Amino acid sequence: MTRYVMVADLRRCVGCQTCTAACKLANGTPPGVMWRKVVDIEVGEYPDVQRVFVPTGCQHCDEPPCVSVCPSTASEKREDGFVTIDYDICIGCGYCITACPYEARHKVDAPIWAYGEQPMRHEQARFDERKLGVAQKCTFCVDTVDAGLAKGLKPGVDPDATPACVNACIGRAMAFGDLDDPDSNVSRLLRENKHFRMHEDIGTGPGFYYLWDKEELPL
Amino acid sequence: MKPILASGPWPRLQRAWDVRAACNFMGGGAGAGLIMASFVGALVGQTWLASACLGLALVGFGLTMVFFEIGRPWRSLNVFLHPQTSWMTREGVVAVPLFGSGAIALAAGWLGWREAAIAALALTSLLAVGFLYCQARILRAAKGIPTWRNPALTPYILITGLTEGTGLFAAFHPSAAAVVLALLILRFIAWRRYRRALGQSGAPEASLDVLDRLARWLLIGGHALPGLLLGAALLLPQWPALAVFGGLLAAFFGLYAKLVLITRAARTQGFAIPRTPVRGRGSSRQAASRPGWASR
Repeated sequence: MTRYVMVADLRRCVGCQTCTAACKLANGTPPGVMWRKVVDIEVGEYPDVQRVFVPTGCQHCDEPPCVSVCPSTASEKREDGFVTIDYDICIGCGYCITACPYEARHKVDAPIWAYGEQPMRHEQARFDERKLGVAQKCTFCVDTVDAGLAKGLKPGVDPDATPACVNACIGRAMAFGDLDDPDSNVSRLLRENKHFRMHEDIGTGPGFYYLWDKEELPL
Repeated sequence: MKPILASGPWPRLQRAWDVRAACNFMGGGAGAGLIMASFVGALVGQTWLASACLGLALVGFGLTMVFFEIGRPWRSLNVFLHPQTSWMTREGVVAVPLFGSGAIALAAGWLGWREAAIAALALTSLLAVGFLYCQARILRAAKGIPTWRNPALTPYILITGLTEGTGLFAAFHPSAAAVVLALLILRFIAWRRYRRALGQSGAPEASLDVLDRLARWLLIGGHALPGLLLGAALLLPQWPALAVFGGLLAAFFGLYAKLVLITRAARTQGFAIPRTPVRGRGSSRQAASRPGWASR
């Protein structure tokens, strides 16, 4: 089996939002819609405060609540872990948006351009009318991954088979790969580091792991 | 703590469902309750055509408002594709025969075919129970909204739907005052239970603020005042207006509470980390709680 997941090393993330920008460039999302974003969290009280940058987005959960609530079967989960949306079936009811505990889903009813009423050339080129009035979210760059796999490339290792946010990360804080492959980069990272997943108590089984310290390996 | 950064972790007000979606829960709940009350009224020999007609109209109004809310209304038939797990699909699946049998009941009642009308109304009433239950489960399945997913909301949505419907029925038949009064007591218990459950599990602080402001209105206008009016109506049956106003007040505040629940008390989960990362020679610490949450 294959289970693609994302790993973010919170020790390395500097909150530069390069992943956010790369995602917007790769997927042509409109202003205000960020499939990949970095949340800024302060922990503690002055003067003993820590600031943590937490990349987030669709967690491609094991038990995605967005899929079970979807009345139209537009949201589906693939066997390799990707949670997908069929823009041609979605009715845009917004139920999945309320079901997602990670605020990962968005709905845009009319075209929005960065500057005024006219799109810039790149906005026009990337405009996809199918995404209007329906749910949209991070795809883990599933098209790139599938295209890379078709060429025999390895997701998470070869950039042409890897999500844009991972490729763009300046601090190598983000990794992508197959959790079911014990030799994959993500399996190694999770073995060697302490980690958690966000809102695990809700029971969605998110496919997004956060590293926070190195594992104490036996001598 | 007030949000400072746009990309902060605090729960945000959900914007996916607005007043149009709220109308579905308002109209659907009150309409389903009114259909059930009409059936019970019919069994004891009261007139029911007008009230059952209004009940169906309210359910239809709610569903029509949803039609205007969805992004691709002309694909709305796709709502029927996922009965395996989606309570929204199940709501739609129940709504179709609800209107079918409701129309038959009204037509038979209009033509004076009493037995056929009562049989169809019984089926409509049963479907109305299912419709109301689907609505309650729709909210519970919305895992991104802590105030909706709490299991204690389900009985509240069911009981308030019944109360609103029966309250409206009392406007047609003031003799229903005792039933409305009993349901009011149940609704008050269900509300307190829901609020206590939120306090125990924790919820976004801003949601709790909204619900606590609502609770004051609900206590006075939605329970105490209609309770007094309905109690007086039982003692003074020669003044039916007391039961009419009591029933309408119980219905109005039930509807208002649902509007607030959907549009103003619905905040997202927000973002939280259980631990901070270890950087350099520093150490990790346990993050105290979810930002913007409270347990009270």
